[in-house]
Amino acid sequence: MNDAPPWRGPLLLVIGVTAVWQVLYLLVGEIALRSPAETVASLAGLLADPRFWPHLRETTLAFGFALLLAAASGLLIGITLGVNRFARDVAEPMLVAIYSIPKVTLYPILLLAFGLGISAKVAFGAIHGFIPIALFTMNAVRTIRPVLIKTGRIMKLSPPALMWRILLPAALPEIFTGLRIGFSLTLIGTLLGEMFASQRGLGFMLMNAIGLHHVDIIMSITLLVTVFAVTVSLLLIHLDRKLPR
Amino acid sequence: MKYASLVRLVIIVGLIGLIEVMCRTGVITRFTMQPPTLILRDLADILVSGRYNAAIAKTLTNSAIAFVSAVVVGVAAGVVIHGVKLLREALEPLFATYYAIPVLAFYPLLIILFGIGDAPQIMIGFMLGVVAVIVNTLNGIDRVPRVLMKTARIARLSRAATARRITLPYAIPFVLTGVKLALAYSLIGVIGSEFIMSTGGMGFEISFAYNNFDNATMYPLIVLVLFTAIGLNMIVRRWERLVLGRRGMQ
Repeated sequence: MNDAPPWRGPLLLVIGVTAVWQVLYLLVGEIALRSPAETVASLAGLLADPRFWPHLRETTLAFGFALLLAAASGLLIGITLGVNRFARDVAEPMLVAIYSIPKVTLYPILLLAFGLGISAKVAFGAIHGFIPIALFTMNAVRTIRPVLIKTGRIMKLSPPALMWRILLPAALPEIFTGLRIGFSLTLIGTLLGEMFASQRGLGFMLMNAIGLHHVDIIMSITLLVTVFAVTVSLLLIHLDRKLPR
Repeated sequence: MKYASLVRLVIIVGLIGLIEVMCRTGVITRFTMQPPTLILRDLADILVSGRYNAAIAKTLTNSAIAFVSAVVVGVAAGVVIHGVKLLREALEPLFATYYAIPVLAFYPLLIILFGIGDAPQIMIGFMLGVVAVIVNTLNGIDRVPRVLMKTARIARLSRAATARRITLPYAIPFVLTGVKLALAYSLIGVIGSEFIMSTGGMGFEISFAYNNFDNATMYPLIVLVLFTAIGLNMIVRRWERLVLGRRGMQ
């Protein structure tokens, strides 16, 4: 198994998924599914349509802001909790509890607080993403060798300098894993936000397409989102492995 | 640790108190949020009157079906995948990236396929949970010491008997990690899909109340969902600690 080339697994997977999809299509038929080839063709048509771009732009923008917010707040909370043992004991169960609740139910509250628009989506995406980033950062900082921090103290580094020059670099590999998971969850959160009470974006297009029974659009957007998520995730996993541990 | 729990309690109570004061003094308007005391009173009302019992039962039943099938299928699939090397090699990249895929984006597709009944919601809950169970089962089986496997071979156990008597019991603590995730995910999947588009259930009632500006129903139901999710998770966590303690793993 170890001497197989690294691309063999993913290749087998792509072939397998396409095959299952094609068989399913042959079984179910045109009314509910499109074949892989048809979906790729209609996705290409969608990308060529200028009316599609504002939606893609809206989702990308919301996702980008949400990810920035999630990463910034997650890192800040994670480092604070990692350094301070007592704060960690207090806050960790709360973070885990927030992670495990169905956060969709909180979305109406955000809508009432932020109004219909991009800010509610951004907030919702960020709420999904910051928890894994905070938890991974916290554990990474907690397990840094104490001698590094002591050295920093001896050099009389200010707290921001200590954070920037010692804590972040030392904890980077694990923080990166947290960021990878945070990336996925932020994407899920942003799309979810768009699927409920939204006027623009890919999630809105998905919901709209159910009403109109536009199987083409549903399948091509689902394909687009999935391929994007999987590609970025594989890229991040690849980078992750290259970081020194 | 006891002291930390106390501080945590104080913080939570303080936050709720702050919201209460802000609502009562009008910093947060009634259109945005009800005061927490009022939410609790409405919640008691709802539970006593039994108005939403059908919705609650539907959500819990669907989540339970999604959860149980995710665990059963996940453990069985884990055992099978562990045995077939090529299958595992093909599926490994899927498992690594699976949780990057927004599973709820598949909900519209499932509605088209199965109609807008319970099936798509259960499917979403199942899809979210099953991979966590598979991955953790594989992880657990990987850690079975070779001496145990050799003993099984010497005792001439069949493959099925080896799985049932040796591999799975050894892997239970790891499988439990997956089970814990599957529980949270099945609730998230079912309530999430009810929320987006459905004809009943707690998620549906919340989004229905939101669309009607009915905060007196929406907030109590949100709180009920949060209590349910946190309560179930605490029970599983306690059970997990019990199992781990018996193994001397914690």
